[in-house]
Amino acid sequence: MNLKKLYQQVLLDHNKNPRNFKVLENATHYAHGVNPLCGDDFHLFIKINSDKIITDIGFHGTGCAISKSVSSMMTTQVINKTTEEVSQIKDEFITLLTKEITNQEAKKILGHLTLFENVKEFPIRVKCATLIWRALEAALQNKMEKKVSTE
Amino acid sequence: MNVKKDFPIFDEYPNLVYLDSGATTHKPHKVINTITEFYQKNYGTVHRGIYDLSVKSTEEYNQARKCVQTFINSKSDKNIIFTRGTTDSINLAAFGYLENTLKDNDEIIITEIEHHANFVPWQQLAKKHNISLKFAPIEDDGTLNLNKFKELINKKTTFIAVTHISNVLGTILPIKEIIELAKENNAKVLIDGAQAIAHQKVNIQDLDPDFYCFSGHKMYGPTGIGICYASDSILEQMQPITFGGDMIETVKKEGTTFTQAPLKFEAGTPPIVEAIGLKSAINYIDEKNIDSIKIHEDNLTKIALKEMEKIDWISIIGSAQKRSSTISFNIDGIHPHDLGTILDTENIAIRVGHHCAQPTMKRFNVPATARVSFGIYNNENEIDLFIKSLHTAREVFGF
Repeated sequence: MNLKKLYQQVLLDHNKNPRNFKVLENATHYAHGVNPLCGDDFHLFIKINSDKIITDIGFHGTGCAISKSVSSMMTTQVINKTTEEVSQIKDEFITLLTKEITNQEAKKILGHLTLFENVKEFPIRVKCATLIWRALEAALQNKMEKKVSTE
Repeated sequence: MNVKKDFPIFDEYPNLVYLDSGATTHKPHKVINTITEFYQKNYGTVHRGIYDLSVKSTEEYNQARKCVQTFINSKSDKNIIFTRGTTDSINLAAFGYLENTLKDNDEIIITEIEHHANFVPWQQLAKKHNISLKFAPIEDDGTLNLNKFKELINKKTTFIAVTHISNVLGTILPIKEIIELAKENNAKVLIDGAQAIAHQKVNIQDLDPDFYCFSGHKMYGPTGIGICYASDSILEQMQPITFGGDMIETVKKEGTTFTQAPLKFEAGTPPIVEAIGLKSAINYIDEKNIDSIKIHEDNLTKIALKEMEKIDWISIIGSAQKRSSTISFNIDGIHPHDLGTILDTENIAIRVGHHCAQPTMKRFNVPATARVSFGIYNNENEIDLFIKSLHTAREVFGF
């Protein structure tokens, strides 16, 4: 198990200075993600326009470095993309963490997010990395007031 | 105390620094061998068979009950009810005793630092019967203020349930005073002894609670066995909450009569081997002497606290003078889960999270903590390794 690979500089930077760490007052979509066993707890706010493009996104709450940095990087990756594109990124990310990505094209879609592949070496932490994506999934499916739990 | 060799887990993992005895303890050879040998040589059902093996099993099972009685110095072995664990014991108290005796407007008092086992059953009971559940406040240092506790008690108070030792803060609560207060006010009192039983002498005749509950697996014994000590007056009023074989006197189509306590509360084939394993664990603790264990663990706690207090990026939660060998803390800039993962790569097992005590987390305004809790097998060198690993964690996080 390689700690340095898990806690890479870019991840630690996003943990310390999370991007889009904010509550969106005018969100059109919202979800609340909780890991009940460990207590990671994030609210996700998304603003989607009539062309189904994510024009703004914010997350807020508490969690470990993995759950927080993955949330931060997710927000930078999905902004200004269509919900369809974002849905594909989400699917690929969850596959990256839970199965094996053989398709190199899929890895390209994920960009920097592929660094989280190392989390697989720490199976107990996979749910930290997937929490915000489950929340994203719920937020895209439903407009407001949706709670997701990984347990 | 040099007992690592007694525990086969350390043969398997020679470098393991196990600092999570508050969650569960490892098992000595003695207990594992007792269980294996019993299955190989003496195993049979209890209370039913006429054949030799069943007679032997029944005898051993009864001796296990007597062994618990002696260990906690209760008056009789009929006050010792075998359960599945502390949670099961507290549920029996809530739904076997209190639910069958409560009146409208009764009030229950617990503290705001109970773990879920001594919190959720009372909350569910209160909700079901629309009675009030009050929470005794805890000071910032993790202690319970008896005067504030007294203020909560009134004529409607019928039940008080408190932990002996906090599983998060390590605080030893003033249970003798609380038991006396309960008696003065005609309330029944339950002590959750899960975190105390393997760490200090518990003398039931001296304390005289109505209930004292604990688990085998936190005292070097097997999982699946716990104890619900219940006083004579409780045994007279408490009703079974599980029904079936072994707890009956006669069963007819028209109705069933129950046997006497404690068997009345032990429906079905009991955890026979678990009880015998528990007896072996108690023998192990007796060999090592519970007072010596306390001195050993208190010493480790003192050293760990001293070392941790020197470091300004560590904050310790709870600073009670009367404390046991459990320390909760946080590291600036590192979430407990990340700390747990980093320490795990150094073979150091600590607990991180809410410790099944979410109301305690809320009281101290933290989402989670890291926790170390010591057992008989820990030593001073392991504290050094633990402190070093905290420095490593800070390095990994770029501090």
